This record gives sequence, C-alpha cells and structure tokens, in this order.
Amino acid sequence: MTNLETKKYSIKKQCIVSIAAVLLIATVCFYASKFIDYRITALILLMTVSIVAIVFDIIPVLITAILSGLLLNFFFIQPLFTFHITDTEDILLFLMYLIIALVNAVLTFKIRQVEKKARDKEEKEKTIKLYNTLLNSLSHELRTPIATLIGAVDILKENNQTLSKKNQEDLLSEIDKASIRLNRQVENLLNMSRLETGMLLIKQDWCDVNELTNGVVQKFSSLNTNHIIDFQLNESLPLFKLDSGLIAEVLRNLIHNAVLYTPEKTTIKIEVLQESSNCIIVISDNGNGFPESEIQFAFDKFYRLPHTKTGGSGLGLSIVKGFVEAHNGTITLENNPIGGAKFTITIPTETSYLKNLKNE
Amino acid sequence: MNKAEILIIDDEAPIRKLLEIALESNDYKVWQAETGKAGVLMAVNHPPELILLDIGLPDKSGHEILKELRSWYTKAIIILSVQNSEEDIVTALDNGATDYLTKPFRTAELLARIRSVIKRNQRNEESTVSNFGNLQIDFSARIVKRNNEVLKLTSTEFNLLSLFMKNEGRVLTHQYILKEIWGVGYQTETQYLRVFVGTLRKKIEDNPNQPKYIVTESGVGYRFSSSL
Repeated sequence: MTNLETKKYSIKKQCIVSIAAVLLIATVCFYASKFIDYRITALILLMTVSIVAIVFDIIPVLITAILSGLLLNFFFIQPLFTFHITDTEDILLFLMYLIIALVNAVLTFKIRQVEKKARDKEEKEKTIKLYNTLLNSLSHELRTPIATLIGAVDILKENNQTLSKKNQEDLLSEIDKASIRLNRQVENLLNMSRLETGMLLIKQDWCDVNELTNGVVQKFSSLNTNHIIDFQLNESLPLFKLDSGLIAEVLRNLIHNAVLYTPEKTTIKIEVLQESSNCIIVISDNGNGFPESEIQFAFDKFYRLPHTKTGGSGLGLSIVKGFVEAHNGTITLENNPIGGAKFTITIPTETSYLKNLKNE
Repeated sequence: MNKAEILIIDDEAPIRKLLEIALESNDYKVWQAETGKAGVLMAVNHPPELILLDIGLPDKSGHEILKELRSWYTKAIIILSVQNSEEDIVTALDNGATDYLTKPFRTAELLARIRSVIKRNQRNEESTVSNFGNLQIDFSARIVKRNNEVLKLTSTEFNLLSLFMKNEGRVLTHQYILKEIWGVGYQTETQYLRVFVGTLRKKIEDNPNQPKYIVTESGVGYRFSSSL
C-alpha cells in the first residue's frame, strides 16, 4: 500500500521535474535563438527527452516528448507563436521530431523492463539457492538429533532387560544431549526468522555486562570441561543500556562457536571494556584461527568453513552479526598475531556511573 | 500427611502426561484440564493447593484465565510459558502469577519450584526473625547477620533485602521492586536496582560474581533463594 503510494508520488514528482527541465532548456534556447538555428534547438530538445528517458518512468517521458514537440512548434518553427506550420520541410521536421522522441521514450522503457525482469530472475534464483542451502543444512542439523532420539528410545524400549546399566545411562545421556541440541537449533531458526522478517524488537535497559557475561560463562563452564573459559570481571565497567537477552545470545553463540571449532584444552578468553561511549566485548581463543581467505565470509548466512566437522547450522555468526547491528554496533573477526580467532564487538550506547549513587 | 493436590491446565497431552508422571511419582495428587474453561471449573469445584497454567491455551488466553482465577483463588499459580517471552512472563507476574517456568524445562527445576511455592503457601505466620542459609534477619529491629556477624546495611539496602526475604523463592519483577522500594514514578529506573543489587550481593554473597541468594532472572527480575 505504502509502496504503491510512494511510487505514485514519485511519478508525479518525476513529471514536475521533467516538465521543468524542458521548460528551462526551451527558455534558454529561446533567448539564444538569435545564435542557434531552430534545427539545432530541435536536437537539443531531443537530447533532453533522451536524458529524461534514461532516468524517468514512461509517463513523464511521454509528457516530455509531447510537450517539447509543442514548444518546438510554438516558439521556434515559423510562423512563431502559432501551432501552424507553413514550410513543408518544417512540417517534416516537426513530425519526425515527434516520432523520434516518442520512439525514444518507448524503446528506453522497454529496455528497462527487460533489465528489471532479468534482475528479478536473478534475485529469485539467489533466493532459491539460499533456500536450498537452508533445507540441506536444516534437514541435517535437525535430523541428526531426531535420529538419535528415535534410535535411543527404540533401544531402551526393546532391550530393557539385556542392556547394562552403563549402556542405559549412556543412551539417556545421548537423548539429553540431542534434545538440547534440537532446542538450540530451533532457537537459532527462530532468531534468524526474527531478524529476517524485521520482527526483532530490541528492548534496551540498564545492564551489568559483567554479570551478564559471567552468567553465560558459568553455564558453559558447568557443561563443558574440555575448554578453558577465561573471564575476568572488569570492576570499573559502568552500566550500559543494552538488550540483555540479545547480548546474552550473542555471547552464547560466540562461545558455542569457539567450543565447537577449537581443539580441546583451548582457552577462550572474554573481555568486556568501555571506550568512550562504546561497550566493547572481545572474545578470543588460542585455537587454529580462521583461514585469512575465509574471514570475509564468516558472517554470511549458512556459511560454514569448508571441511569442518558437523554440529553448526551456519546460522550462529549471522545471528550474532544481526543482533549486534540491531544495537547499531559492529563486529569484526581477525586472527590473533599469536594464533587463534578474535571477535571484537563494539556497541555505541548510553552509560551510567551510578556506582557513587547516594546510598542511605 | 495429605497429598498436596495440583491442577494442570495445558492443552498439550504429552506435556500433561510428563507432568503427571513427574508429580505423581513425587507424591502429589494430579488433576488435569485440557482447556482454560474446564480448568477454571475444576478449580472452583475442588480448589487445589497449586495450579500449573499454560499461558498459550487454545480456547482463551492464559492471561485471562489467570485473571479469572485470581479474582478468588489465593494459592499458588505457576505459569508455563515458552522461551523468549519475557513480556508474557512479566505480565503474568504482574497479574498475580506466583512463579513461572519456560518450556522446555528440567523436571528437577519444576519440582524445586513446586516445593518452594507450596512451602510458602503453608507458612503464613510472620515471624520477626528468619533464617536464610547463613543469613539471619530481624525485620522489626532492622538487623541482618551473616555468620552471626551484624552486616552494615544502609536503609535502602535493608529494605531491598527484606523485600527479597519476605518473598523468598518468588520472582519479583524490576517494576515491582522499584515501586516497593523507591515508590511510584521510579518503575523505569532500573539502573538504581542494578547498582543496589550489586552492592547488596557484595555484602551477603560468598562470591558476589556467582550469586546464590539474589539470582537474576534475565529480562524479568530477581529471585531470592536460600535453598541452593
């Protein structure tokens, strides 16, 4: 609806601009008519129509073509100030002018239509490709845990008597892990669709980033003992106005990513700091780092490093980027000089030093 | 001892089944309703000790059922909600829900919440001195001791801590706390709350960075807990 209105409005605007352009050029030519032959004026006006045809829609172009024809006739072709033409050559000139101007308008319009069709087609192909990648990635990422669930439940149901206690426990633990993984994937998909549909409403409120980060880190440390998560509180950090839910998700995704793609015993270091009115979060690891040539694609949707083990959906980093950008922030990825990947998040935000608030 | 009766109002059969097994194997008596309407009727005919209410019901919104129940039912109502619905949760808590759980939840968590709210139902007497872990509070003398040593608390800190302790186990929304402690007009000044919770934690927690007493409920509020 609004789209249609803006288009209408812009066509109206285009008409005004093109009429003004023709009138201006015609006026200039009229005052210069002592020095310029009217045939040259015809060419100048034709050129004006052509230029208008390149930038504007069909309706303003047609109006320009007809208006400029009438102006040519009235102000430049003898007898002046009448629509009457006596000379046969001039009649020919006028008719040819009109035909060329109109053909010009129609041709340019047609070319642009073909171009638009090609663009639409390309866009559609791109969407289909993305959709296919999504389906492939989804069917794998969702079916793996589902297969685990179904399989483990089958074994538990059928071999209840013969299974050792240890095997039963292992199967239950697999069911547990698979359902957590499934939940995580669904969470990611929901977040992605919130970003894609523009339904992401960010609710910024005062947030203790130390506490927030610590909460996320504690959860990871209790579940994962293969990696060392190093987070030192920054006692001098002010409060920031952020969406704590989204920032927690950003941290979860980045830590999860590091845990997934770095070898065991890797240290994942998290720092939170303040620089002027920016909240800065740095997450780095001493793993293998990113291949330099792949860094530019890291935040693309469904992008996954070639030859990496499965477990990610290729959505995590693009969600991270989306959530950071929803805060008008930026995220960069680089390799540490000493090795390992380093993500730097910079979010411009309000800060509050209420630490010395009146406390009575 | 009589078995405590719990009414489940949820349209999803698998969730009801799961809750039924979990609760019955922990010695609760379970009633079930598939719709909000049926749930309200059951509660009227036979008021339970606790109601587990799904906020996403098909016939009527859980929020309306909650309001309807709260017009006469004074015992605990725990809301079941889905992830990422902090606004729903805050609304439900403001409308009188006792507590909430987000699906998927852990059974241990569910049972802990149920035990905690039922305990609160039964503890009505308002004693002046209460113990919470290594903390002791004397509400009338306005004294808090930690490991038997008197803590130096400012007036605001004491008010905040006693509000938490009087509502032990219960989630208090930011708005509610701000209104109770600082008064009407301060409901959006969450930075006050963050700062005071920070200073309070430094005084009462063993490790302020891993708080055990004042637990943050992300996007919702805080919960004071002494059982962990």
